[in-house]
Amino acid sequence: MEYSCSAYELKCNECGRRFGNRPLSGCPDCLAPLEIVYDLEAARGTFTRQAIQAGPFNIWRYAALLPIPEGFQPDLPVGFTPLIRAKNLGKRIGATNLYVKNDAVCFPTLSFKDRVVSVALANAQKFGFDIVGCSSTGNLANSVAAQAARLGLKATILVPADLEPAKILNTQVYGARLVRIDGNYDHVNRLCTQIADEYAWGFVNVNLRPYYAEGSKTVGYEIAEQLGWRLPDNVVCPMAGGSLIRKIRKAFNELIYLGLVEDKPVRFFGAQATGCSPISQAVKQGLDYIEPQRPNTIARSLAIGNPADGPAAAKMILSTGGWAEDVSDIEIVSGMQELAETEGIFTETAGGVTTAVTARLYAHGRISPDDITVVCITGNGLKTTDAISGQYREERAVRPRIADFDEYLRELDASTEPELATAGASLAY
Amino acid sequence: MPIKIKVVLPTAFVRHTDGQKQFDSAATNLPGLIADIDQTFPALSTQIKDEGGKLRRFINIYVNDEDIRFLGGETYAFQDGDEVMLIPSIAGGCC
Ligand SMILES: [Zn+2]
Repeated sequence: MEYSCSAYELKCNECGRRFGNRPLSGCPDCLAPLEIVYDLEAARGTFTRQAIQAGPFNIWRYAALLPIPEGFQPDLPVGFTPLIRAKNLGKRIGATNLYVKNDAVCFPTLSFKDRVVSVALANAQKFGFDIVGCSSTGNLANSVAAQAARLGLKATILVPADLEPAKILNTQVYGARLVRIDGNYDHVNRLCTQIADEYAWGFVNVNLRPYYAEGSKTVGYEIAEQLGWRLPDNVVCPMAGGSLIRKIRKAFNELIYLGLVEDKPVRFFGAQATGCSPISQAVKQGLDYIEPQRPNTIARSLAIGNPADGPAAAKMILSTGGWAEDVSDIEIVSGMQELAETEGIFTETAGGVTTAVTARLYAHGRISPDDITVVCITGNGLKTTDAISGQYREERAVRPRIADFDEYLRELDASTEPELATAGASLAY
Repeated sequence: MPIKIKVVLPTAFVRHTDGQKQFDSAATNLPGLIADIDQTFPALSTQIKDEGGKLRRFINIYVNDEDIRFLGGETYAFQDGDEVMLIPSIAGGCC
């Protein structure tokens, strides 16, 4: 298949200066983050419903509006994850038109990071980096390690030392060099900025960041296409750095501009853990100023105390008439259990945050029950099992005899019935 | 007693400092440091401040690994030997 891309280049969000295409994350003049802009007029011919539908069932069907270097032949089928109608969860939280966009199953490493990394590493190769890296709270580390292995690039990955063991193992298995940093994510991030400054390495979330972030748009394209080329009324999205929620909106706006979907207002809702909620706090105060926090939450993949896209995310949420909420660690665990028990989706702690926040948004009347609402689940629960271990008791082994089994069931009914009845349903949002 | 702090800059800034990636300052707090930069590197000063003369919001300032805002921001009194880092903010994390 021929992947034709529209012309694209880096542009400063603040001063509007353009920089062509190179590994650069911030404007040298005003230091603001850079964004990729496209020749959308040229895309009119190539980014059509027909062309998209003729493409493969992965993110490369949207290649015409991704920053993919000429000649790049993507062969990793990332994305096009399920959008499922969540009737059971909806029933529980009072929603009649609820959908879950399930990136807990994104290929190859079970998080939405596979999308962004595939776009970032295509550009890392183009810019000639032999060594790629990232600062990560886990999912990004997994994805960079896996995709670097496949592309024959060396990977050096920096993470906070206290990361979940599964996320560490899931990075090391691909042969990546993993450096545990004695500090939180914001410390790791700062160090990576300095390393990218000193070493000629391609850091996907530092000097390759504008390219990387564009991969997130595919979540938005997929939602619209999977809803039958229409936009939802609301999107609920987890927020760490604040990038994904903005990119989903960018995707919707591009689709509207190109006439692929009908123009309609979509409200955006952000989800954070109370233990790290700088963006949600800003939204609640109606501000786009972010007061940094020292993170303290089990939702470590969202634990960014000083999010660079936070001001823009807060501003965007407020401008759409949306809202942001944050939930406690106990609610996060319940959210994970609720999504698993109702829809069969085992998500990581970040998904617990998003689910619990969604429930609260309905409970507080922030979202009308009949609205078409899409909840973005971005990572898999197998990576954060430590968050819910201890929630379930280990039962005794039963002898392989029917009489023993009967006895066991009677015992179980007598002892655990009340306990089971409250599991997952006990939340007061 | 006069104090001496070390100020560390990212590469993006050194075009305004004759190639220096770090310099010493006797500033006792952040406003003092900004005044020092105004004086010594006027071009750098216009880069790190906006039209209103305020520090651009895309700059983070760290004192010995800690965000200065956790130390009291402008009210923090530099200690002798402090390493003060100016770094553009960037994001990462899950989403
Ligand atoms: Zn600029």
